[in-house]
Amino acid sequence: MAEISLKKVVKSYGRTPVVHGIDLEIADNEFVVLVGPSGCGKSTTLRMIAGLEDISDGEIRIRGRLVNDLPPRKRNISMVFQNYALYPHMSVRDNLGFGLKIAGQSRSVVAERVAEAAGILGLSDLLDRLPAELSGGQRQRVAMGRAIVRHPDAFLFDEPLSNLDAKLRGQMRAEIKKLHQKVASTIVYVTHDQIEAMTLADRIVVMRDGHIDQVGTPMEVFNHPVNTFVAAFIGSPPMNQLPAVVDAGRLRLEDGTTIAVPERLRARVRAGQKLILGVRPDDISPEGYGLMEDGESDRVDLLVDIAEPLGMESLIYSRLAGQEVQAKLYGPRLVAPGERLTCRISLSRAHLFDAGTGRNLEAE
Amino acid sequence: MLRALRVRQTALAPLILLTPAFTVMLFVVALPLAFSLYTSMTPYRLIRPETLDIFIGTRNYVRLWDNAAFWAAFWRTILFLAIALNAELLLGLGIALLINKLTWGQRTLRTIMMFPMMFSPILVGFQFKFIFNDNIGIVNNALQSLGLTDRAIPWLVDAQLAMFSIIVAEVWMSTSIFAILLLAGLLAMPRDPVEAAKVDGCNSWQVFRHITLPFLMPFIFIAMTIRSLDVARAYDIVHVMTGGGPAGRTELLWTLIARVGYDNARMGEANAMAYVSTLLSIAFTVFFFRKLMAARRYMGGAE
Ligand SMILES: Nc1ncnc2c1ncn2[C@@H]1O[C@H](COP(=O)(O)OP(=O)(O)OP(=O)(O)O)[C@@H](O)[C@H]1O
Ligand SMILES: [Mg+2]
Repeated sequence: MAEISLKKVVKSYGRTPVVHGIDLEIADNEFVVLVGPSGCGKSTTLRMIAGLEDISDGEIRIRGRLVNDLPPRKRNISMVFQNYALYPHMSVRDNLGFGLKIAGQSRSVVAERVAEAAGILGLSDLLDRLPAELSGGQRQRVAMGRAIVRHPDAFLFDEPLSNLDAKLRGQMRAEIKKLHQKVASTIVYVTHDQIEAMTLADRIVVMRDGHIDQVGTPMEVFNHPVNTFVAAFIGSPPMNQLPAVVDAGRLRLEDGTTIAVPERLRARVRAGQKLILGVRPDDISPEGYGLMEDGESDRVDLLVDIAEPLGMESLIYSRLAGQEVQAKLYGPRLVAPGERLTCRISLSRAHLFDAGTGRNLEAE
Repeated sequence: MLRALRVRQTALAPLILLTPAFTVMLFVVALPLAFSLYTSMTPYRLIRPETLDIFIGTRNYVRLWDNAAFWAAFWRTILFLAIALNAELLLGLGIALLINKLTWGQRTLRTIMMFPMMFSPILVGFQFKFIFNDNIGIVNNALQSLGLTDRAIPWLVDAQLAMFSIIVAEVWMSTSIFAILLLAGLLAMPRDPVEAAKVDGCNSWQVFRHITLPFLMPFIFIAMTIRSLDVARAYDIVHVMTGGGPAGRTELLWTLIARVGYDNARMGEANAMAYVSTLLSIAFTVFFFRKLMAARRYMGGAE
């Protein structure tokens, strides 16, 4: 129910800056996910929005109101912490109702809202338990319940699922998505798990070393990564990145193998330019066993190291020009180590990055 | 045969190993306790050993019921404890909260804070006896130099002031126990619930009241349990500073018991009083220990 805006926000601890002036506009009811490797400043950014960290420079506005100097309690946001941060001495009921009680709501309102949130999250039978008597997933739900009872302007989540096992994580991911649909609200969600980012986000914010590298919808970030970092970070298994030099209108790899320059990029490359060719494993497949064989393509020979059959498809670890390359094979065909495979490489979905800066040639 | 012996040996081993400890406990703790319990049921006088053989059942205890001096000391002791323990708790909590805020020098201060615990109570008694001395004491000296008064305030002679002075000495000696235990609690406290409470709308006082204080309760109970076991150490202070005077106005159970037992040589009666005061102390200990156990139940989920 609120838009959040960050302008040139900086955070330094002592003299070390850890967030370097980031700009971000989050729309009303938008689900924004901050992703990035460990230590890139995601939590710090979130905590600045929450008011738990001072802002060294720049402006943060929530609902248009400058909140730089407001304490957390005056920002009307709620936060779900990685370790849940439940109040250990209070029952689930009191944990849920605490914020409302502090806000001076009457008993009947508190009871009603707690019952409502407990209903949404399936906590109705656990209301009289203490946090110590709950499982990890249940604690997680209490933490979310505590966030939603207050009907805040925005929700902040800091890696809420990272302490759960894989199965539960999948379930809770779906529940968070449902929750966003049920209680329409602005959500800022921090994770380092790119699958969570892809599945949950309206928009993904990819961060690195205190900078924002790219902001976009999951599909934009996946299909048009602005640099090699984003390309490697988003998507699993990660995009193959092969150093190449432009030579006689083709891309020459280190061992002399050549691959055609994608047609749409021909005008952008010059002879002798050092580039990195980015191709997702899904876009390199043995001929006849690809997922999408339409569009422009070229052929390369791969030397198979090992293959991992995953049922309908196999992930192939192989070598090309001395580099490890991952390829995908769709269909019931077994591949042996040491086998030489002629593969089709999709050029219409390949990317070229500048070898020096790592920037995508197509990024403006 | 040999094997049977060895098996028996291993079965007996724990008992054999425990024997020294049990023997020591028996002679140092159990027997004296039993003996004093017995003497509390005799009219035993130190100067007439034969009185030890006369068993009079609970008569000493019944007599205590009508003993005005005993009850005066009893209630004075309760009052003394109530004031001293609460003052120690509040001061200790305040000190712990302040030290917890420090970013540097914390270790040094923590060590300095423990100094009072290193003094034997009798030294504390002497020290405060001089501090509060009406002629040469530093308190009067300071007050007079500052021009706040030109009289020599009779700190240890006036009944109320004497009680106050004793409490000050006791608080000085024992506040650090609270401060250290509560500081340990604060240092062990997880940061997350505090931050969650801030986001949930709490101001600093509300965070303290609803999050920090409940978290500290087990530590407060530990401190209280320890203190209710060792408060009798205050005997030394009172004995040295006022000797229970003036006119018995600072007489606490412990000084009264010592007076009746040693000065008046009525050991039987003194032991009866001692048992009452021990039971009182045990009652407090059990009370706080129960509270501690209850509070510990939820600390399991503190992460
Ligand atoms: N209190 C602090 N003092 C100094 N440096 C800090 C402090 N807190 C965080 N940092 C630094 O700030 C950087 C960003 O930390 P932050 O917690 O935001 O990372 P993150 O992106 O959330 O990582 P993760 O995925 O591991 O949680 C890190 O390099 C960290 O070392
Ligand atoms: Mg983090």
